[in-house]
Amino acid sequence: MATDAKRKAELEEKLRDWVGADAGSCPAPDVVNGQMIRHWCAVMGDSNPVYQDAEAAKNSIHGGIVAPPAMMNAWTMPPFVPPWDDLAAEATDGEQELHQLFEQYGYTGVVGTDHDMEIRRYLRLGDEITASKVVEAISEEKPTPLGLGYFIDVRWIFRDQNDEEVGSLLFRTMRYQPAQEAMPVSSAAVSSVPTRLPPPKGHDNAWWWEGIDRGELLIQKCSACGVLRHPPRPMCGECQSLDWEPEASAGSGTVYSFTVLHHPQVPGYEYPLVVGLIELDEGTRIVANVVGCEPGELQIGLVVEAHIEKVEGGMKLPFFRPAR
Amino acid sequence: MTAPPATRLPPTRRLGDVHVGDELPELAIEVTPTLVIAGAFASRDLTRVHHDKTDAQARGLQDVIMNTLTTNGLVSRFVTDWAGPEAVVRRLHLKLGAPNLPGDTMKLTATVRAVDEGGAVVSLEIAGTNAWGKHVTGTVELVLPKGV
Ligand SMILES: [Zn+2]
Repeated sequence: MATDAKRKAELEEKLRDWVGADAGSCPAPDVVNGQMIRHWCAVMGDSNPVYQDAEAAKNSIHGGIVAPPAMMNAWTMPPFVPPWDDLAAEATDGEQELHQLFEQYGYTGVVGTDHDMEIRRYLRLGDEITASKVVEAISEEKPTPLGLGYFIDVRWIFRDQNDEEVGSLLFRTMRYQPAQEAMPVSSAAVSSVPTRLPPPKGHDNAWWWEGIDRGELLIQKCSACGVLRHPPRPMCGECQSLDWEPEASAGSGTVYSFTVLHHPQVPGYEYPLVVGLIELDEGTRIVANVVGCEPGELQIGLVVEAHIEKVEGGMKLPFFRPAR
Repeated sequence: MTAPPATRLPPTRRLGDVHVGDELPELAIEVTPTLVIAGAFASRDLTRVHHDKTDAQARGLQDVIMNTLTTNGLVSRFVTDWAGPEAVVRRLHLKLGAPNLPGDTMKLTATVRAVDEGGAVVSLEIAGTNAWGKHVTGTVELVLPKGV
């Protein structure tokens, strides 16, 4: 744990220097051309004549062939540099260097989460496009359903051969430490739509989940000083005793705080997803989903009660509902 | 040039033809390994997770996943198929969620949320839904010819 915290601090120290940093400039290796447009349109099933039919395009508002607008950042993608291995490859620009930094620290997962592109003008055959990229922001480490991760905002500005801005893009990606083991090979990926992530049950916490499976909400109580604690852990934070016993909670409490997750949406959860920090009447707090009311009706101090319910996949979980 | 020459351009919807609440006809996109991989290459995105199943599985995914640019291309095609060839995409603001995996089908739907007469801009709220949930949600802004 100590080395993890040290590694994280080391990574975050390096990340600070990246915020606001120039992430590189990518001149498109090719001018806007008909061959790449044709490949793109074939894949997308896009038959708009202004992209491929010179005669029709000439008679259109564009006055000639234009590239599909969504291709804007395809022109300036970094060049292909073998070997294709992400880590082994020499970073060709700052953005890749930043991604490699995350890889080195175990944040091997990557997903795009937001893509906001403005198109000032459609590109024409022969245009020479350059993208300049700046790292606008890096979030703090956040727990996400995919694993612990950082959100990275990169602003792209696209310019043509006359240095005129033709478009811009804010692209947010998340780098995360995958929370799940690699899934087994399955030819029908969709036949196994994922459900909620099962909790990792170890020496120190399996007893708590076994209680839930029996329908009991348990709290850990220090045998030496009587202080309650949750989530389960081996040592009392007050008196450092390793002796403890489980105590059944009546399951009633109040909302101490809460957050409502809207995005990104991960399979297995219903959205908006309300995550509450519940202060149990016995005197300790527990994180759980709050259900049975609109997120807008939720308030700090709301009296709630625990219900242990089965979720998809057969696992049982405590949920809190407004008390009647 | 292999595209057949068009004698004239098909019509484009005019601003006056479009009303808040209008719904676009649904478009179902069959997600195949070919679409995912060809889309990654057509967008010059060589990130391995979009073409190399072994790499995807090492990252906790079941298979290769569609890249963002392919999603953008499909969404853009979906809205201009409806609006017509001279509709101009001004903004694509998309949020990505559940991955698009081979074997799945993504259903694209959209509703007109705003019509700005002055700027001739139509805002569409779009969604692409697959077996896992929402692959993509967001807003597309289109400039249409004025009048009816
Ligand atoms: Zn104690």
